[in-house]
Amino acid sequence: MTSVLTPPPDSGDTASEVTVRARAVARHYGAGETAVHALRGIDLDVERRRLTAIMGPSGSGKSTLMHILAGLDEPSSGEVVVAGIDIGGLHDTDLTTWRRNHIGFIFQFFNLLPMLTAAENIVLPLKLAGVKPDRVWLDELVEKVGLSDRLRHRPSELSGGQQQRVAVARALISRPSVMFADEPTGNLDSRTGGEILALLRHSVDALGQTTVMVTHDAHAAAIADRVLFLADGNIVRDLGPSSAHEILATLEEMTER
Amino acid sequence: MIAVALKGLLGRKVRALLTAFAVVIGVAMVSGTLVLTDTIQKAFDGIFNASYAQTDAVISGKEIVTGSQSGAATIPASLLATVQELPEVAAAGGALALIASNEAEILGRDGKALGTDGAPQFGIGNDASNPQFSPLQLKTGQWPVGPRQVALDAGTAAGENLKVGDTVTVSTLGAKHRYEVTGIAGFGGVDSLGGATIAIWDMATAQTLLHKEGRYDTISIAAKDGTSSDEVLRAVQPLIPASLQVQDSEAQAAADAKETNGIVNVVRYFLLGFGGIALFVGAFVIVNTLSITVAQRTREFATLRTLGASRKQVMQSVVIEGLVIGLLASVVGLFAGVGLAKLLTALGGDLPEVGLVFTLRTVLVSLALGTGITLLASVMPARRATRVPPIAAVREGSTLPTSRFAAHSRNTAIAVIAAAIATISVGIFAGGLGTLAVALCLGLGVLTLFFGVALAGPHMIKPLTRLVGLPARRSGGVAGELASSNSVRHPARTASTAAALMIGLTLVTVVAVLGSGLRSTVESAVTDQVTAAYILNGNDGMPFEAAEGDALARVPGVNTHSHVRVDKALVAGEEKDVTGVDPASIERFYRFTWTDGSDTAVAQLGTAGALVTQTYASDQELAVGKKLSVQTASGDRRALIVRGIYDPPEIEQMLGPITISQQTFDAVFPQPKNRFTFLDAGAGASPALTTAAAGFSDAAVHTGAAFASDYTEGFASFLNFLYVLLAFSVVVSLFGMVNTLVLTVFERTRELGMLRTIGMTRRQARRMIRHESVITALIGAALGLPLGIFLALLVTRALNQYDIAISIPIPELVAFTVVAILAGLGAAIIPARRASRLNVLNALHYE
Repeated sequence: MTSVLTPPPDSGDTASEVTVRARAVARHYGAGETAVHALRGIDLDVERRRLTAIMGPSGSGKSTLMHILAGLDEPSSGEVVVAGIDIGGLHDTDLTTWRRNHIGFIFQFFNLLPMLTAAENIVLPLKLAGVKPDRVWLDELVEKVGLSDRLRHRPSELSGGQQQRVAVARALISRPSVMFADEPTGNLDSRTGGEILALLRHSVDALGQTTVMVTHDAHAAAIADRVLFLADGNIVRDLGPSSAHEILATLEEMTER
Repeated sequence: MIAVALKGLLGRKVRALLTAFAVVIGVAMVSGTLVLTDTIQKAFDGIFNASYAQTDAVISGKEIVTGSQSGAATIPASLLATVQELPEVAAAGGALALIASNEAEILGRDGKALGTDGAPQFGIGNDASNPQFSPLQLKTGQWPVGPRQVALDAGTAAGENLKVGDTVTVSTLGAKHRYEVTGIAGFGGVDSLGGATIAIWDMATAQTLLHKEGRYDTISIAAKDGTSSDEVLRAVQPLIPASLQVQDSEAQAAADAKETNGIVNVVRYFLLGFGGIALFVGAFVIVNTLSITVAQRTREFATLRTLGASRKQVMQSVVIEGLVIGLLASVVGLFAGVGLAKLLTALGGDLPEVGLVFTLRTVLVSLALGTGITLLASVMPARRATRVPPIAAVREGSTLPTSRFAAHSRNTAIAVIAAAIATISVGIFAGGLGTLAVALCLGLGVLTLFFGVALAGPHMIKPLTRLVGLPARRSGGVAGELASSNSVRHPARTASTAAALMIGLTLVTVVAVLGSGLRSTVESAVTDQVTAAYILNGNDGMPFEAAEGDALARVPGVNTHSHVRVDKALVAGEEKDVTGVDPASIERFYRFTWTDGSDTAVAQLGTAGALVTQTYASDQELAVGKKLSVQTASGDRRALIVRGIYDPPEIEQMLGPITISQQTFDAVFPQPKNRFTFLDAGAGASPALTTAAAGFSDAAVHTGAAFASDYTEGFASFLNFLYVLLAFSVVVSLFGMVNTLVLTVFERTRELGMLRTIGMTRRQARRMIRHESVITALIGAALGLPLGIFLALLVTRALNQYDIAISIPIPELVAFTVVAILAGLGAAIIPARRASRLNVLNALHYE
């Protein structure tokens, strides 16, 4: 494994508190007159052990920002440093290995492999990395997400909420530097969605899991320690912990402008 | 609706193309075969017709024995003079025909005979006084005159770069002479008769060289103006003896063409059979591909239904897709076949040079077969498409309802397999069926068996994957494990993809197992019959010049020798091989196993004695002392008395059913040829023998130890030819595998995106697809190899009167498995690349 993939032991005071740092990140598609600017120069620090929510209307660039931070998309310009590693210069295989070690991902549509059991789905990232699962950690995790009696079931035998719990466990199994959640409640009813949000909050509080969540649901964003608002590729608001009411008001205010 | 279907097809160009290729190969084989065989036939017809362009009637010897080395009765020159005197006749000329008895080898500068192996080498005479009857046209130089001059056919001359004024050696009936080349001639409008060679002398020289002094093979007659050919026939008929016949030139040309046409027909149906197999495999591939696309388009069909499309219209849209693909593939296949035929004629250069014959029949048969089969194959997927309910349009992840027959599929499969085995068994074991009925039972039975196994396939996929997926799971890491579990996700899909490959593998296994059994049976039959230090054997088992045997017998160091003469004759009204042996020496080399009589029978052969095989004796109810009548190709009759009955191995009898003494043989057959010459000599004689035999174009010397395996070498190359033909079917199934994988990768786009997101490298993605492909291929092998062995054993059992050994050729079976693995790897190249190059972001957004 190349040295860029292991973080330097001490990256300075601020860096130790910042897991993800983005500087002047811009992303545009096409060129010239018809170019679409998804991001117009984002500066962002995601603090460790915090849950950061990114909100914004469709087309605001929030998904693009998350994809770039997770190494799934490349910025047109700017710099992204995650856990002390500048991912700008990494090629596909290095980037994949980096994702294995530092990134967890939760999808809106769960994206479990239908032919694998819940347990097999959870340990899949470790298997891809060729790492033996830590039995104690796995048991603890399964216990935390509440799937102890569902481990041998296949996704088709699980409810939507249970499937998303499997996905959360899968994202946490490798103890990533940062976990990204892409509309984690988008495909769930509000009660089940609430349970998943509680689980995410719990993983931040109890496990110290740095988490970034993209959502357009104000109730989801209300569990965050920090709520960023994106519009037209810029961060336009940056709030601390906020209630759903405050978040909705901010969104309203943004659309009025 | 048609517009929707066509637009949809345009949107899936690559897939449509891949699907079409499955049909293209089969159609190309069919059209290529038709073009090739039509062309060969036309070429020969042209030659035969050209021979009689200005001829009204032809006198020739009656053909009593086809394929005889000695040829039919010849015509005395006196008859020509008589015919020329007739008032109805304007002109008449005698000729030597292009028949096996007029053999002349033109030797190249290296001393080897020119022309293609196995193609005839003719020597004929030119009658300069009657050019109108000759198919020969002088291209350069002069016609040869006298015993020192020769003309050559243009093809042979060009091939060896022989020019007028050069000297060339020609061997006739074992005698080699040098001649001056005075002319180069075309034949019937073409430069070459394919691999055949023609040496042309003046008539008298040719007659002498070919031992036909004062005799002709044919007399061509031109009628006077105002006289019909019927009148000529009536006038000639009373003049000719019973051994000759006179017929009009068209009948004569047709008779000349009969034998080549027969051979061409056999070749045609043989090759068409393999084209049919490729089309059958193609049908499997199409059913599978269309089924997958229909399943993937569930939402599209549901949307069409909500917009008011009827079930019938949905069905039509799929069938039209099949029709368009089939038509497209047939047209491409048709022309690919023409290209194939052109390539073969160019490569081989063995065909008389005429343009390719491209008939309307070829077009119609190719288009009808390709389109018809594709259409038929699209019906089942089309019916499934009609069962998509409109509500599926609005449901996330709607899947196609399972087939109505799914619940009964296991029983159906068992019933189909049972019916297939019953049909095959009827074909094999029931007595009294004609050849056609047997072939029909076997063909139909085997096709049904393939169908049945394909039906049963889905139930066997899980256990089979557990077995053949073992290496993938063991060594392939997580990619191998995922591949293994992916294989069982759509058992029906995996099964029918593997079944297409299975068909080709089953057939090559049948060929390999039967071939291996036959080979070892023949080898032991040969060793049982013959013990000799050296054996001179004709190439491809064809008879060779007796003079060559004599030449080897004279080589210093040879102690004893014995020739085996062979030719065909009518025995008791049937055409049989008659062999001539030397009673004094044959028993040193050939072991008779007597059932009636003893070794003294050989000594008693004399001028009228005969030995017959047990099989022939039982057939004809012969016993020692009974009489037999033999009639040779020239019409000679001779009465024989059975002196002994022996029982050689059934499968390879090295002597004919009737054996006479060499002395009698040489008296009855004017141009004797040898089947074998057995030689007894020390090891020291080997180089001398090899040197002596080096100049022989039609025979080679073998050591006794290597003879049995050398003897079956031609058989081995025939097996290789069959493998090549069956390889086309394997290639067709390869397209099926590519298709299925590409569609599967497409279907799992989002899943692949997720895997890449959570840490799957491109390499792992490629590996996963490769493993899945190899697993599918190995399932094909796991089904095909045992099925092939089973069928081969069944055939062996059916042929039990020949005592064919059961021999499982392990190296071949291992090779087939390796081929399957390579096929799997090959099929995975494109899909694996697609999977690894997948844009992760698009994949995640894909719905």
